[in-house]
Amino acid sequence: MNLDAFWIILTGSLVAVCCSLLGCFLILRRMAMVGDAISHAVLPGIVLAFLFSGTREVWSMLLGAAALGVACTFLIEFFHKKARVSADASIGVTFTWLFALGIILISVYAGQVDLDQDCVLYGEIAYVPLDTWITAAGLHLGPRTVWMMGGVLALILLFILVFYKQLYLTSFDPAFATAIGLSTTLWYYLLMGAVSLTTVAAFESVGAILVVALMVGPPATAYLLTDNLKVMLGLSSACGIVAAALGYYLALWLNGSVAGAISVIIGLQFSLAFVLSPTHGLVSRSRKVHPSPAVVPS
Amino acid sequence: MNALWEFLSMSDANVRYVTLGSVLLAASSAVVGCFTVLRKRALVGDAVAHAVLPGVCLAFLLSGEKNPLLLLLGSFVTGWLSLIAIDTITSKSRIKEDTAIGLVLSVFFGVGILFLTAIQHSGNENQSGLDKFLFGSAAALVGQDLITFGAVATLLLLSVLLLYKEFKLVSFDMAYARTIGLPVRALELVLTTLTVLAVVVGIQSVGVVLMSAMLITPAAAARFWTDRLGVMVTIAALMSAVCGAAGAFVSFTAPAMPTGPWIVMILSLLAILSFLLAPRRGLVARLLLQRRVRRQMMRENILKTLFLLGESKNEQGLSYTRKQISERRKMPLLTMQESLRVLRSKGLVTHGSSGWSLTEAGMKEAQRVVRLHRLWELYLTEYLQVASDHVHEDAESIEHVLTPELEKRLEELLNYPTADPHQTVIPQQP
Repeated sequence: MNLDAFWIILTGSLVAVCCSLLGCFLILRRMAMVGDAISHAVLPGIVLAFLFSGTREVWSMLLGAAALGVACTFLIEFFHKKARVSADASIGVTFTWLFALGIILISVYAGQVDLDQDCVLYGEIAYVPLDTWITAAGLHLGPRTVWMMGGVLALILLFILVFYKQLYLTSFDPAFATAIGLSTTLWYYLLMGAVSLTTVAAFESVGAILVVALMVGPPATAYLLTDNLKVMLGLSSACGIVAAALGYYLALWLNGSVAGAISVIIGLQFSLAFVLSPTHGLVSRSRKVHPSPAVVPS
Repeated sequence: MNALWEFLSMSDANVRYVTLGSVLLAASSAVVGCFTVLRKRALVGDAVAHAVLPGVCLAFLLSGEKNPLLLLLGSFVTGWLSLIAIDTITSKSRIKEDTAIGLVLSVFFGVGILFLTAIQHSGNENQSGLDKFLFGSAAALVGQDLITFGAVATLLLLSVLLLYKEFKLVSFDMAYARTIGLPVRALELVLTTLTVLAVVVGIQSVGVVLMSAMLITPAAAARFWTDRLGVMVTIAALMSAVCGAAGAFVSFTAPAMPTGPWIVMILSLLAILSFLLAPRRGLVARLLLQRRVRRQMMRENILKTLFLLGESKNEQGLSYTRKQISERRKMPLLTMQESLRVLRSKGLVTHGSSGWSLTEAGMKEAQRVVRLHRLWELYLTEYLQVASDHVHEDAESIEHVLTPELEKRLEELLNYPTADPHQTVIPQQP
């Protein structure tokens, strides 16, 4: 394995772990499509941050996009709860509107913004090793993206470890969580803030679609394999890392996009679990007379 | 203004193609979209839009040329497969629909991207233009596309017209449709096929992401203006058509502006305006209604309080200050002032030197509210066996709601009572 391959797979794995961890909570809350919406809606945030700061500086872009991501969730909630638009329609209206706004902004400031929509949709992870971080002393520290994703992963791990109980309760039993004084709204927005942060940090290297694939795919696979949330978090991270590594070689073989290849592997993983899972797979379901008991998280 | 005339005259062939194409596309996808939104499957269109890409690439890989019909066929097949995949995953495992949609959407799209990039890297000269299926380019519409759009739009509209009643039943009351023997599965299949068709054709003009807006946004907006399906479909189609033309006009005046995103932008703004301002269902209308009801209740409570004050002194017609009123019943002083003013203009209270008192008409109104309150208390204790000290709160809210018909029924049922459970007199109807 040469150095470039190492960096690409490492970046892919970092993104995969961030996304799969958050994705577990998303799919348990039946909000997978909100994740999809956020990943598209950050586009105008990135463009605006770019226009204001004038550079592709990481922190302003992260901030702009995270703000738009949270704004997107807020709008979805507002249209659904206050204006009584049905839930799926309110997701559909909001993210397409924001995405259209992003493209229009890009066209208006075409000369000043070095962004295009295919980069947003499917990124190019193969360029990761080219953009290295070299300190003033000339020290070679490896690709910039790896450091950024590492930072985001550390943040998310910290978030989940420290607030595991709160996230767990508000996901599984919101009524009980409210009864013991947890604000479901607060945790909802914190989770969505984390999702926006990840999307933005990852979009440049892997694109919105891979973010969605990683947020939904590995957690769905893990969901078919276990009934325990902690195991599910671990399993989905592992699936994500395996997909990143195998996807890289598949892409190399076909001479195609790494992001696309990783999604293909994710699809294959899910199909395997869907058919063969010992507890919830097609094969074992058809053998069983009684359906398995409802999920009882430990 | 000149630009507008030039645009409207449609003298330029390119303008004609782009405008007519956008209008046809927007209107026909809005019609189909109404049914997907009503069946709560709005986001399925998003999945189909993403799943079109692998089909296009496969068709190209297999045939080696960009035959538009073959590409359409390929995208149709994979779009269809994606829907089947979503249905299979949700029905055969414990994965929920949103997760299934997200998964299918991203995996199909990933496969498409893998193929597309592989084709691009293979150096095949023919491939340029395949990414039109990704981002769409309404500005590149030519006469040939217009014919395809026209044909598909006619097909969609005709199917909806012919099967209107059946689609309506399937969208609103599946169980009933099944009971009366409609082929529900087949009808759902037809609706799904129409959706895929609309997406496959529309995607070349607005792109993968924005295609779902063409389906969802007009339908969601139209839903706010009417409760009738026929009207809703018409409003959605008209709204979309106007936005299609407006989008084409924007990119006509400023050629750097992309048509598709502008159509979606205008459409979304219209939709948001509808959410907020539509009569009856809109947010503002509902808030106003709530405020009106709150104020009505406030006024009735003031009248009632004046009556109760008089009742406790055994002498009606006395005047009370605002302070005395709010001692008997806590109310915010400012809103009370406002309500008293309205009551006076309606001739229900008068304002003298020593305060506010009920007029004759006001007395009647106050007696009506108190009578309803006490009738309800009596009903709860007599018929529902609620303890007499538990009935007051409930009567407080129902007294503002009971209609004269219900009042009559209650009186009959309780055999024209004269006293409530607390042994106070029920004011009689004059």
